[in-house]
Amino acid sequence: MDEIDRKIINHLQDGFPICELPYQVVATELGLTEAVLIERLKRLLETDILSRFGPMYHAEKMGGELTLAAVKAPQQQFQQIAEIINAMPEIAHNYARNHQLNMWFVIATDKAERLSDVIQEIEQKTALTVYNMPKIKEYFVGLKLEA
Amino acid sequence: MNIDKIDRQIISATQAGLPLTPQPYQTIADELGISAETVMQRLSDMQEQGIIRRIGAVPNHYRLGYKFNGMTVWNIADEYVDEIGERVGQLDFVSHCYHRPRHLPEWPYNLFAMVHSKTETGVKQQQQIIAELLGEFNLGHDVLYSIAILKKTGLRIGN
Repeated sequence: MDEIDRKIINHLQDGFPICELPYQVVATELGLTEAVLIERLKRLLETDILSRFGPMYHAEKMGGELTLAAVKAPQQQFQQIAEIINAMPEIAHNYARNHQLNMWFVIATDKAERLSDVIQEIEQKTALTVYNMPKIKEYFVGLKLEA
Repeated sequence: MNIDKIDRQIISATQAGLPLTPQPYQTIADELGISAETVMQRLSDMQEQGIIRRIGAVPNHYRLGYKFNGMTVWNIADEYVDEIGERVGQLDFVSHCYHRPRHLPEWPYNLFAMVHSKTETGVKQQQQIIAELLGEFNLGHDVLYSIAILKKTGLRIGN
């Protein structure tokens, strides 16, 4: 990652224009050519320095339902439980954390009713209690990480 | 907030990301058999309505050196949690701040604030800043670090 990559990452966290030639517009702002910008972006995504590039959708506003949930996975079955949970397409991400509640995942579904089915299914397949912690209120979502 | 069939097609076509072509909205339009103007108009409308939070890049925290991603959790009396949550959410190192339910007795925390730093000391300092802001309203807290990413596909909704 060099200075140009950093400039691209920092700039594109602020937004991306909706117009006919958006890469051209951003490239000009950064003093690059369109081809270089696209090439760099491709590489940043391929090497996983960027996780995503595109529109960030607000799940609840699309009628979907989201929740954060956690389980206490016994150490000797940890991998197996992660596999069971990750296999469900509704699991958007899953993190191991240093706590008795050691596996934390986000469940995202198209319809609210489906959420409880997914939780029930996880409980049946893992024989663990799912601690469901749906947000009651969102105060802030955002953040720019300086590259 | 009404999302129609065309919106859903656009959402579905862009959930994995925007095409890396000189005219990305035209590329999406060609895929869907609609005009680029429609794609751009719909995306603008969805952004205005907050269905799209923003269009842009999401860096991998770890790859940028932010190896310490702490989920700080706080026990705040319910009657104060909104006021406090708004203030914690405004701190420049907090990426997500939510009120969530407790699971007593083992999980007494109802305010979640994600913080990010390149060092563990950095997270400790951030936690300290939050603790100072909360003062006597803080009835207990903890910080959970992510040890490993077990899955990260992002949301797949609206197909």
